[in-house]
Amino acid sequence: MSRSERAPHNTTVVSGFFLDFRGHLGATAALLLSDAGVMFRADRGPRPRVMAVWLTDDELRVLGAAVDHLLPADGDDPGALDAGAVDYIDGLLGAFLFDPPRIWAGGPFSGRTGGDARFGEFTPLTGVDELCWRTRIEGSRGLREREFNGPVVGLQEIYRDGLSALGSDFDECDHEERERRLRANRAFARVVFEHACEGMYGAPEYGGNRDLCGWRSIGFAGDVQPRGWADDEVAGR
Amino acid sequence: MTVDAVIVGSGPGGATVADVLTRAGWSVVVFEKGRNHLLDLTDPHKLLADYSNDEIKFVYRHFLGPDPLVEPKTFRVSDEEGDHSHVGEVNTIPSTVGGGGVHADGKTPRFREEDFRLASSLGPMGGADVTDWPLDYSDLEPYYAEVEKMIGVAGLSGANPFESWRSGPYPMPPGAPMYGATLSAAAAEKLGYHPYPAPTAANSVPYDGRPACNNCGFCAFFACPIHAKGDPVAMLQRALLTGRAEVRPETFVSKIRTDGKRATGVAYIGPDGAERTMDARHVVVAAGAVETPRLLKLSGFDHDLIGRYLMVHFQTIATGGFDDVDFHSERGRAVTHIHDDPIVGDEDSKRAARDAGLPWIRGGIVEHGGPYLPILEAKLYPWGSAHKKMMKHSPLRKQLWAFTMQGEDMPLATNRIDLDPTVRDVRGFPVARMTYRPHRHELVASWHHGPRLTAVLDEMGATWSSVVTTPGSAGGPGEGRLDDVPQSRHVMGTVRMGDDPATSVVDSFGRFHELPNLVVADSSVFVTAAGYGPTLTLCALAARAATAMTTG
Repeated sequence: MSRSERAPHNTTVVSGFFLDFRGHLGATAALLLSDAGVMFRADRGPRPRVMAVWLTDDELRVLGAAVDHLLPADGDDPGALDAGAVDYIDGLLGAFLFDPPRIWAGGPFSGRTGGDARFGEFTPLTGVDELCWRTRIEGSRGLREREFNGPVVGLQEIYRDGLSALGSDFDECDHEERERRLRANRAFARVVFEHACEGMYGAPEYGGNRDLCGWRSIGFAGDVQPRGWADDEVAGR
Repeated sequence: MTVDAVIVGSGPGGATVADVLTRAGWSVVVFEKGRNHLLDLTDPHKLLADYSNDEIKFVYRHFLGPDPLVEPKTFRVSDEEGDHSHVGEVNTIPSTVGGGGVHADGKTPRFREEDFRLASSLGPMGGADVTDWPLDYSDLEPYYAEVEKMIGVAGLSGANPFESWRSGPYPMPPGAPMYGATLSAAAAEKLGYHPYPAPTAANSVPYDGRPACNNCGFCAFFACPIHAKGDPVAMLQRALLTGRAEVRPETFVSKIRTDGKRATGVAYIGPDGAERTMDARHVVVAAGAVETPRLLKLSGFDHDLIGRYLMVHFQTIATGGFDDVDFHSERGRAVTHIHDDPIVGDEDSKRAARDAGLPWIRGGIVEHGGPYLPILEAKLYPWGSAHKKMMKHSPLRKQLWAFTMQGEDMPLATNRIDLDPTVRDVRGFPVARMTYRPHRHELVASWHHGPRLTAVLDEMGATWSSVVTTPGSAGGPGEGRLDDVPQSRHVMGTVRMGDDPATSVVDSFGRFHELPNLVVADSSVFVTAAGYGPTLTLCALAARAATAMTTG
């Protein structure tokens, strides 16, 4: 089954974005300049959408408002929405639309501080790995091999139901109302918050931390292999 | 097919046994239930390139396994909590080729002479089964020296005034000290403590064909992308290069087979899901102090002590906040200095024990510093407009310093691993259940040493400091709320060694009293926990056990 056939929603994935992430910075720049679509940021107008993998346009809009509320920008410093946390989450939910699935980025180096850029070559899964991650993402769906300890609610269902609970007008709400709805759905809000943190400060090959803005904004060098740190950079002030 | 030895588990213990046995000309098959990302299993067994500086992959997506969704464990404080109070991650040590050695930051201190004869030197502890080991430091010292060379340990002989005698220097000098550790070591010295460079199984210079560590900072909880950590890749690669070893990943050993007098081999389930058997002249179990007793129980071994005397390290974590400083904790080996003073004790600790009605207390090594992970930090802060400011301020990376004391844990028969009655793994087998509650000794030791750790932070110039423990100990000694899962990855005991079959499961060489060709070669055999990381000691015990196998 092809990716487009399996996707529950039309995708605007730039071809090869995940399958070959060599030259990440260049690819990101190209994507940001593309006219692949728009995702509306609640209070700052439209911004280019890099991709939509699994969530619908409406769900992406609500999710964007949620991550923007949970990890907002601070002045000129980008927040989770700018960093691509929505794309990170959507990429996780649609991880099995890619081959190999986008679960574990490759190694050993990203190419950002030397060496060949290999993070974009995702690691193939074993049979047990696939069972595990399909169960985590898709849920157990009544399948016996996934329910050896009982039913599992998958992330896809958690997000679909959680975004619905926030309401399709969530992005139009003021700050207080967003906070109220998130607190009313605290368990879901915590899931989104934790994923937004990963999308903000994780390796960009997973779809977030766009242009390394998350790391740059906190002065974190990120992955530094194979350059590493010199002894005097470790021991010195 | 009959091999000289089947080894269950490819972590530090199993790898050590494989190295020693193949050097002696034995054929071995190493079964590992986790994936292989360590080294090519075909000749010439080059090191793989799957590891990376990637927090998502290693911390949140279980790259090194086990994933708690398909291989959970369960926990309860006591029988009164029912079948279990928690299902999921419990003291998770990696399930991958290389085992726990892959994810550790490589601190590899030796035990001291006193650690092997605690009962004789300090006397009994009420409510605990403190017993002397069936061997002493002098029995183990040659193997300590051997495994330090096999793994490649960087350290400085004589830097720790409390260390026991050594037959030779460390194979390598220490690596670069972290900036924060130079400050905390100076403050500790000023208060009369004795910090020293932590013996670490990470190359400070090129060693054994592998490069020197380049201080990338992704050490604890991560596997090394450049293989500067020696444990256990060095031993596994050497074993494979003899042509007499085979490593089978994604293969779960479900049963040890016996004929009543000897172990005859194992039953296992391979990556294809098919059940098979393998005959062996010896069976070595090195699956760790949780999975080893689980396998023994799955196999039907009924010695009452199997699984009992589970020990972890009771961690006391003191943190301090500082102004106008950047510790840049993201650079370096996570922990470059430790001190032993809480293990050795002093008049103050004796007084604290007396005041608490205990005969003695012992703490553990104090680790200076710790790793920095930005996602982990981000998840600690509340959501909202302040989050970004907190991340930019980044107290965890720049302005926070911490000490972690790995406190000695008393051996209690009630603390144990057994099979959970209801929870299964992905293959349908009962998972390990941990029943654990600390002895009062751990609480008293923690509450004695905690303020002394914060005093060092104050000496460094901390503007605030605090102490937490894992498991929790709110309320103070004797009143603790002990209802959480211990976070220490140091797990020991459960297949205790000794001379008497009535009070131990295996002898001092790890051999079952009743089945001498069945050998345990991991930290399960520990009699007491000491206050030191267990890896080097379990490797030394494994080397001694394997040598005994080849020499009869």
